[in-house]
Amino acid sequence: MTQFLDMGGYAPFVWSAYGVTVLGLGAAIIITLRAYARAKAMFVKLPDRKPQ
Amino acid sequence: MLSFIALVARDARLATRAGGGAFLALAFFGAATTLVPLGIGADPRLLGKVAAGIIWVCAALAALLSLDRLFQADFEDGSLELIVMGPLSVEAITLAKILAHWLTTGLPLTLLAALVALLFDLPVRGYGALAGGLAIGTPAISAIGAVCASLTLSIRRGGLILPLLVMPLLAPVIIFGSGLVGATLDGLHNGALPLLAAFSFAAVLLSPFAAAAGLRINLGS
Amino acid sequence: MFEFANPKRFMDVSRPLVPWIGGIAAICLAVGCYFALFVVPPERLQGDTVRIMYVHVPAAWVSMMTYGLMALASLFALVNRHPLADIAAREAAPLGAVFTALALITGSIWGKPTWGTYWVWDARLTSFLLLLFLYLGYIALWNAIDDEIRAARAAAVLALVGAVNLPIIVFSVEWWNTLHQGESIMRRGGPSIAQIFLWPLFIMAAGYTLLFLTLWVLRIRTAIMTRAVRMRMSAGFAP
Repeated sequence: MTQFLDMGGYAPFVWSAYGVTVLGLGAAIIITLRAYARAKAMFVKLPDRKPQ
Repeated sequence: MLSFIALVARDARLATRAGGGAFLALAFFGAATTLVPLGIGADPRLLGKVAAGIIWVCAALAALLSLDRLFQADFEDGSLELIVMGPLSVEAITLAKILAHWLTTGLPLTLLAALVALLFDLPVRGYGALAGGLAIGTPAISAIGAVCASLTLSIRRGGLILPLLVMPLLAPVIIFGSGLVGATLDGLHNGALPLLAAFSFAAVLLSPFAAAAGLRINLGS
Repeated sequence: MFEFANPKRFMDVSRPLVPWIGGIAAICLAVGCYFALFVVPPERLQGDTVRIMYVHVPAAWVSMMTYGLMALASLFALVNRHPLADIAAREAAPLGAVFTALALITGSIWGKPTWGTYWVWDARLTSFLLLLFLYLGYIALWNAIDDEIRAARAAAVLALVGAVNLPIIVFSVEWWNTLHQGESIMRRGGPSIAQIFLWPLFIMAAGYTLLFLTLWVLRIRTAIMTRAVRMRMSAGFAP
């Protein structure tokens, strides 16, 4: 297990690359979903719109 | 044809007036290039090596300074609409303004660059490539800058966003222009000159159409 | 003008699609990461750092694809005046910027053990840096112009100017740079690395692409709904 985490000595590089990817993509996903939920909440309150 | 020349002359006259931007660009060029040795040290060998690149970048930035006034000054006081309603096509108008900008900014910069190159201890054999390259490349800077200026026309402080839009598009000019000097200094032929000339030619040829599109968008026609 | 007929069709069609593309994206990313981290052996020269390729190359690929989509949408917007094209182009840009930034950061991290420094002005990284500025300029232009229709058209022209220039920029950067890292599979005529390295790369690329599409569609839906609410509010309705 430690050998896996160690990544042949390149641990800081591999894990920071994956880490920054998870952070970046995760932030993009969360921001997108939250904006979507907010817009939908306001949208479904419009009187003549069926929920989409 | 007459109206084309008249427009070029008018714009050139306006630009060379006080507050017209032409002098400002030259002053900026001198100031910026003076700051560089203060930042990187005065070793003549180092300066000689970086001279071409520094001069090219500072020339591009200096040309940008007067670009945001290219259309905006006329736009704000309504004269742009009058000019567009005149005999010239919108494309001819943009080409005339690009030409005027180059005559009052690009060309003087090319001449001033020779002086600056002296300060940077550029080897003598590089002068021709520097001046020739700038003479060929500065029209492209005016042309591409005009396109972005036409798009940012209606923005209140459009001059701030202009460099961000223009700089990536100017990368080829800077690369080929300083590459030309580098090749000449090394005694090589790396194809920089035909590439620079081709890029500049294409830029000047196509930019009036894109800039005209920008003008039409912002004039609401 | 921005009529509602076309956006409604888009909303109807996209609604069932989103969970599917999102789901498949998640599976591809999970499977791809598993392969990248656990199955792929250390490479002969690069050791375990080759695993970084699986988060760098897909990001770079999506970043370029996004600009292409943005340019296409902009072309549609200018030529056809399609009401959704402006929105599609605008919503793609921030995603494109994110993927470009990820490609730059992961590329830089990958470069340190491979080349010795965190940043090397090699052709690809430099081109992506310029691409990032193209994205940022496009987003800034949208935000800077108040009139939405003007902003849409100006941004469309900018996107097309950028698209035409991009191959020239990339060419000039490559010309400028003699340092050439040959690990890219798209560069050479075909894959030059062993099979075991390639399959996870394709899976990750598919996952990244589907993730982008999911987020893009969601952003477009968000924009359509926001606009509908705004139009109704300006017509006097208060939710």
